[in-house]
Amino acid sequence: MSALLQVRNLSRHYGQRIGCAEVSFDLHPGELLCIVGESGSGKSTLLNTVAAQLAPTSGSVRYRQRDGGWLDIGSLNEADRRRLAREEWGYVTQNPRDGLRLNVSAGANVAERLMALGMRNYNQLRGVARNWLERVEIDPERIDDAPSGFSGGMQQRLQIARTLVTQPRLVFMDEPTAGLDVSVQARILDLLRRLVNELGLAAVMVTHDLAVARLLAARTIVMQGGRVVETGLTDQILDDPQHPYTQLLVSSVLTT
Amino acid sequence: MTYNFAFLDEDTKRMLRRALLKAVAIPGYQVPFGSREMPLPYGWGTGGIQVTAALLGPDDVLKVIDQGADDTTNAVNIRRFFARVAGVATTERTTEATLIQTRHRIPETSLREDQILVFQVPEPEPLRELEPREAETRTLHALADYGLMHVKLYEDIAQYGHIATSYDYPVRVDGRFLTSPSPIPKFDNPKLDRSPALMLFGAGREKRLYAIPPYTTVESLAFEDHPFEIQRWEHQCELCGSGESYLDEVIVDDRGTRMFVCSDTDFCGQRRAQVQA
Repeated sequence: MSALLQVRNLSRHYGQRIGCAEVSFDLHPGELLCIVGESGSGKSTLLNTVAAQLAPTSGSVRYRQRDGGWLDIGSLNEADRRRLAREEWGYVTQNPRDGLRLNVSAGANVAERLMALGMRNYNQLRGVARNWLERVEIDPERIDDAPSGFSGGMQQRLQIARTLVTQPRLVFMDEPTAGLDVSVQARILDLLRRLVNELGLAAVMVTHDLAVARLLAARTIVMQGGRVVETGLTDQILDDPQHPYTQLLVSSVLTT
Repeated sequence: MTYNFAFLDEDTKRMLRRALLKAVAIPGYQVPFGSREMPLPYGWGTGGIQVTAALLGPDDVLKVIDQGADDTTNAVNIRRFFARVAGVATTERTTEATLIQTRHRIPETSLREDQILVFQVPEPEPLRELEPREAETRTLHALADYGLMHVKLYEDIAQYGHIATSYDYPVRVDGRFLTSPSPIPKFDNPKLDRSPALMLFGAGREKRLYAIPPYTTVESLAFEDHPFEIQRWEHQCELCGSGESYLDEVIVDDRGTRMFVCSDTDFCGQRRAQVQA
């Protein structure tokens, strides 16, 4: 099977400092890849560089289009980059308030990407929005409520609905469950696992929580100081860590 | 003390005319210009009077309206200002005017090819309410990425059951630029489409000019199942009896008695003069 995303020797520097350096990986269709590491290890920089929100200092990101052709993300112009981000990719931020429009209703939040794609039928938009609210376990009766009145977990689920409504092929997630309490986290992880399976999405997820990686990801990348220190199957990495840093990371998980 | 003809110095007028030429060349595109300090406050029509000053010639006949009326404070002041600093003839008759500066209305009387309409614009950016970043709205215009505007219309229908935006109703000019028609009632939007008269828009505080050239298509945004509609009244004008004009509701005493009258005073006056004759 051919990869969906090819990352080769990708580096991003902030002046003299290293954001991430010499990262390479492949992502296959339907695969969920986790990037783990402590804070400041370059996880988010890597994610944003791959998602073309930051310009790489060196290296390349290639994306395989529906017609099978490869697209070099670095050479895209602004218009094509935005089209890709709108039609084929999705991005879920850690803080749902960054990814939502808080001053318009939940329904408008879900429908926004559809309207950006040119859908102009109000009743259809509303039907799709209602359907997606149900899929992320938000009461469809709240379609006209502003998300500012939603709880943190509901806002995050709304952001997921808003991102997935256009059926993207590839989704980037930056710690989507950080900052939520444990029971809410569990529900969102469950939801994500179900949706990723149903829609056959490929996803890259950044997390500092190894349990999240264990639950969702088939493969995991461990980062430290902007570099990849270990990569492989999630179970293998968590059960038999080879690199000293990964060993430290695994051993510092609290068990009850 | 004497002023230069039409108040502004000739260099400023040249700058304005160059910006206006660019605006006409790219219908609906907001052209930045060096807005000057004018002898009236921002929000009272500083953009409009700069455009008017740049266009006026000694033979022009100027009409100024505010909410359709020739006799309101804003209209009277601006008309008197140009009578004084340019010495041009002024009129209240739409048909006699060569240049009409307006706030919040388009005259009911159809305009002609030899007339220019100048609008006063408080906020030239139709996306501003949803996207506060100027760099981002410019990018959205550059890429013609206008899905955001429909979020506002969607929100209207969700909250009120219909598109409740009743003035400053967003339009697409020449199939390209999303444009604010200035705070005219949406009743006037159809008059923008393929108008024989040149329409110029000036926003003094925001330092932007834009134009709708004659016979340019202007489409009001809508949904397939919620098409664009203009306001309708169950009343007719109580002065002239018109059933087609834009009506103002006026409260006439302390007991809440109200009457509906044309907002376009010239249109109403001409109709009454015809009835009497």
